[in-house]
Amino acid sequence: MTGDRLIIGGYEFKSRLFVGTGKYKDFAETKKAIEASGADVVTVAVRRVNITDRSKENLLDYLDPKKYTILPNTAGCYNVEDALRYARLARAAGVSDLIKLEVLGDERTLFPDTVGLLEAAKILVKEGFIVLPYTNDDPIVAQKLVDIGCPAVMPLAAPIGSGLGIRNPYNLKIIMEMVKVPIIVDAGVGTASDAALAMELGADAVLMNTAIAGAQDPIAMAEAMKYAVLAGRLAYKAGRIPRKLYATASSPIEGML
Amino acid sequence: MAEVIQIQVNGEERGCRADATVGDLLRELSIKTERVAVELNLEILDRKEFDHRSLKSGDRVEILSFIGGGS
Repeated sequence: MTGDRLIIGGYEFKSRLFVGTGKYKDFAETKKAIEASGADVVTVAVRRVNITDRSKENLLDYLDPKKYTILPNTAGCYNVEDALRYARLARAAGVSDLIKLEVLGDERTLFPDTVGLLEAAKILVKEGFIVLPYTNDDPIVAQKLVDIGCPAVMPLAAPIGSGLGIRNPYNLKIIMEMVKVPIIVDAGVGTASDAALAMELGADAVLMNTAIAGAQDPIAMAEAMKYAVLAGRLAYKAGRIPRKLYATASSPIEGML
Repeated sequence: MAEVIQIQVNGEERGCRADATVGDLLRELSIKTERVAVELNLEILDRKEFDHRSLKSGDRVEILSFIGGGS
């Protein structure tokens, strides 16, 4: 599907699969899985440098920022102040104004605190950030994030790392119909069919980490996800047949004995 | 010998030369300045400032960079 590009905040992407870089065995495995996924966008976290053991390698030695778009997140932030601090640090450390904004509400579910999210998004948009907000599958909040100036919205499929798949396809569908910016389904995908379903619903992209990194064979799963996202996108664009309760024969009656 | 002051780097106490800058500290720790962010007493520094901001006793320095992460 050449020419079917995704454009967000002035950035153009070939692949509609965004991948995280956490939970891999080592950087070599991270690199191989990301290559197999075909992703252009990779998410990273911002953390303290290990100053006591400088022998540790750097993730960006394995992921060339010229080849990939690095999308830093504010993972682990449970209030507006922390999310703003991490976003600003990410910009100071990085190469762009992109930020995957997370303001979490609860440690057990890692569900977004959408009140805090809206507040933080407003401030960061004003500061010139390209804010990609991790949000609930709530169409009203999604629209508010767009009104604030977010160039894309990232509703969850299910809790982060849960692998439960798409729990509320109807809400996601409403978001996709209501909101006029790219929708990236983020978090909760478990296997390839979940990613394909997200794309068939009309998502513009899917973001995942654990589904790949936690698989028995992460590199093979990365490749499976690449094809799932492509297949789902193609099916969405092709336009599926309507669902009907009764059969319709595909072979003609005419010419029968 | 230059006077030694106590500062805090990434939450740990450490000594450093009284006339040292943030840039000197990063070099001493063998940290490449590209793709790190430095916070000095909660103020995020522009990379260009590293060699111009001197450290004083009790300063709290945070040095951060990118690591693997998804959500």
